[in-house]
Amino acid sequence: MITIPYLTALSTYFSYGLLFAFGQFRDFFRKIFDWWQASNLQGYAPICLGLEDFYIRRLYLRIQDCFGRPIASAPDAWFDVVERYSNDNNKTLKRTEKISRCLNLGSYNYLGFAAADEYCTPRVIDSLNRFSASTCSTRVDGGTTTLHKELEDCVANFVGKPAAVVFGMGYVTNSAILPVIIGKGGLIISDSLNHNSIVNGARGSGATIRVFQHNTPPHLEKVLREHIAEGQPRTHRPWKKIIVVVEGIYSMEGEICKLPEIVAICKKYKAYVYLDEAHSIGAVGKTGRGVCELLGVDTADVDIMMGTFTKSFGSCGGYIAGSKELIQYLKYTCPAHLYATSISPPAAQQIISSIKVILGEDGSSRGAQKLAKIRENSNFFRSELQKMGFEVLGDNDSPVMPIMLYNPAKIPAFSRECLKQNVAVVTVAFPATPLLLARARICISASHTKEDLLKALEVISQVGDMVGIKYFPAEPTKQLQHQHQQPEKETIKLE
Amino acid sequence: MDCSPVKTAILGGWAKHKLNSTPDPSVCVVALQVAMESAALNFVNTTLNWVTLALDAPAARAVVFGVHIGGHLFVEVLLLVVILFLLSQKSYKPPKRPLTKKEIDELCDEWVPESLTPPITEEMQSEPPVLESAAGPHAIVNGKEVVNFASANYLGFIGHEKLRDSCTFALEKYGVGSCGPRGFYGTIDVHLDCEAKIANFLGTTDSILYSYGLSTMFSAIPCFCKKGDIIVVDEGVHWGIQNGLYLSRSTIVYFKHNDMESLEKTLEKITAKNQRAKKLRRYIVVEAVYQNSGQIAPLDKIIKLKEKYRFRVLLDESNSIGVLGHSGRGLTEYCRVPIEKIDIVTASMGHALATEGGFCTGSARVIDHQRLSSSGYVFSASLPPYLASAAITAIDVLEQNPDLTSKLKENIAILWKGLSDVQGLSIASNPESPIVFLRLEKSTGSVKGDLQLLEDLANRALKEASVFVVVSKRSTVDKCPLPVGIRMFVSAAHSECDLLKACSSLKKVAGVVLKDHICA
Repeated sequence: MITIPYLTALSTYFSYGLLFAFGQFRDFFRKIFDWWQASNLQGYAPICLGLEDFYIRRLYLRIQDCFGRPIASAPDAWFDVVERYSNDNNKTLKRTEKISRCLNLGSYNYLGFAAADEYCTPRVIDSLNRFSASTCSTRVDGGTTTLHKELEDCVANFVGKPAAVVFGMGYVTNSAILPVIIGKGGLIISDSLNHNSIVNGARGSGATIRVFQHNTPPHLEKVLREHIAEGQPRTHRPWKKIIVVVEGIYSMEGEICKLPEIVAICKKYKAYVYLDEAHSIGAVGKTGRGVCELLGVDTADVDIMMGTFTKSFGSCGGYIAGSKELIQYLKYTCPAHLYATSISPPAAQQIISSIKVILGEDGSSRGAQKLAKIRENSNFFRSELQKMGFEVLGDNDSPVMPIMLYNPAKIPAFSRECLKQNVAVVTVAFPATPLLLARARICISASHTKEDLLKALEVISQVGDMVGIKYFPAEPTKQLQHQHQQPEKETIKLE
Repeated sequence: MDCSPVKTAILGGWAKHKLNSTPDPSVCVVALQVAMESAALNFVNTTLNWVTLALDAPAARAVVFGVHIGGHLFVEVLLLVVILFLLSQKSYKPPKRPLTKKEIDELCDEWVPESLTPPITEEMQSEPPVLESAAGPHAIVNGKEVVNFASANYLGFIGHEKLRDSCTFALEKYGVGSCGPRGFYGTIDVHLDCEAKIANFLGTTDSILYSYGLSTMFSAIPCFCKKGDIIVVDEGVHWGIQNGLYLSRSTIVYFKHNDMESLEKTLEKITAKNQRAKKLRRYIVVEAVYQNSGQIAPLDKIIKLKEKYRFRVLLDESNSIGVLGHSGRGLTEYCRVPIEKIDIVTASMGHALATEGGFCTGSARVIDHQRLSSSGYVFSASLPPYLASAAITAIDVLEQNPDLTSKLKENIAILWKGLSDVQGLSIASNPESPIVFLRLEKSTGSVKGDLQLLEDLANRALKEASVFVVVSKRSTVDKCPLPVGIRMFVSAAHSECDLLKACSSLKKVAGVVLKDHICA
């Protein structure tokens, strides 16, 4: 749980209040100006109503240069960030030809497969030559190649389930699966901090949606008991089925889900478990098999396992793994399988090759090395940041670590200062996080070396002091060292 | 005093009876009643007199604050007190008895959920044919070479060397994935170049790239349509659009498939109902070439209606980019409509441009708004860079070789001529559409029966004649009411003998399978 210092909360509220008031003031003048000038939208309602994009126009545009920074190379440990400039106070940004080489702390590159890899890339180019960049048709029409079949077997094997089906985009996987397996008369209980794709899929399904407190199994039990006893709203008929949706690692908190307790509760109350392993597959667990392996949960207990290939495998797409009947049913009726172009063959080959590397089937031990490296890197980085006095969220072993910023002015300050020193970080604010809890999110990769991490720590510490986000006291040992050092310095000076 | 009318009535009755001189027992009863009433009356009178006296007592004649208190005020005060007392009482509700823990336990034990999926039937187990090579005009299925009409490879770009070279270059430079959403270092310079190229090609100000064709429409629509807005949409649109409409929670009104009169009637009805719609946004959503039927939307008529009734138009050009118009710029060029008149154009690049992903284009305001509010853009990883560079190359090749579109048109014409006399099947699509849609002339009566027959036909065509065609499939969540049929995607890379072979094989196979279903 995040506890905001009282003074920080007050100052954050004050800052937002000021920004909001200023924005309204400018809007007022804009309204007068527009009324005075004739508009060319006679008879049409404006395409974006006034308050819908207030946040965008008045708050986001001021710090637009911190987001959407284009890069000109592969998103590896070090990459080239394109410099941009603006002539109209950040309203539009123009690209320049200049690039600056920065340390990448923002891309989802957990195992280092983002750039060209010595094992994967030749095979990918091979499959490009053989199958071309796209199949131009859906899986059920003419888009299933031998590569797709191999991929599905490979994924099912890796995850530990009997069968799997692969789609071309992770977001669509969630949005198109939930409407198919549950409909009106069903109940979806989802964690309060679930990703937008799950929320969209749940809304599209037509089932009743209820939320339980983030990662709190007792509250989940309470919600389940209440709702099973009450039945459907208004008619009180019994529910057709109940699905509980949780994520493996929550991308904005870095926390790992309390899976064993949740699975035990769902078994007791006969609810189905849907696990979204977008960030955890390939990144945690002894052999990279995800949260189930890390926490010792039997994969047969989780009914539907979903994941994406964008993060740890350096490719694109999503998968669903489950029992043979489930996958057969999904292949028959899921709209993403029936109407959408199949996953691009080179991307499929990249996934197969990277899984082979992780499992060690390519003949080298690079996979095991990468997994050990990312665990080591994450734990080292997190403990160092905490020692320095930053407020870092997330559990041990999780490669995602958010550093709390809170104040809206600190967001652009942190981001720009770090960029000046050639470290690229990601800062996140409303609406991806609650209004008061803005943060900077660090994603560690297995391709970061020790020197990279030390440089990052140095820069972050410097910028942290400048911006003032060390909310916790730094470790006492370091303070004592400083105290011992300082009197010596003074004595030297006197002499 | 007030009983005098009763008295007189009774006395009158008694008098009448007396005059009739018939001994009536009712007369005695009436007399008794009268006596009782007079006694009651006396009692009431004395009580009233006593009360009046009491009230008129000197104490009651006090003057408070200049108001003369009469006796009746006490009655009124008493009544007020009684009313207040009654109001303050809680209304009667049966007492709430929450379920005890034991009862909840019992209910939870009793509850039995449905199984996650319905039981697997025969038709669910059919597997699609597996390709062993690229999905070009000739593909290898099960070791045999077949003529491929199942890929929407309209311009024949699959296997083109220029695309292959640019993809290889991009793969070596950028790797495969982009490892992040557009807002967090997932924007690679090829994405920005691709967006600029598309906007340039189509003649609009800006465009935005999505990483998946299907998600383009269902992310773009909820961005601009919220609860309360009105959307008029063709009933034959594909699932992506249907899902987007559902997620937007606006009022949806369907009109008959590709029928302009039905559209006009619907627009008329809606404008008549909502006269005061200042803040209501109104949209018409149509596809350029419908995936479910192969019809082409008459854009010029739609624009006229749009301007008359003040609606905005959303056009899905997935199957018409690179196909319609003499330089491949889509339906707007084909119907000679300036593209500024269309508010939002979306398209999936998985068809003519032989790559994956989708784009949306329009005015700068429309595109900028989507960069922060479109969920499929903000919360999802960006398009892999090699696919974006493939799109750039595809548009380059199309610009340099505009005769590809005319070759495609020729091929469609050849196929039309050849298939016009197939027994049992009729062509239901537009003669210029690259999707040739064959429908059963006489339906079996149920959608399932039709599908069975068509599947049989397609399987035979593949096995016996090496011609790969597909049947249109429907998902259980798809609400499209159009009939199913056989779809053939024509490509500019098909040679004339491919097309003639397809026609003759289909005629033969249809003759065998549909023997019983040919109308006399």
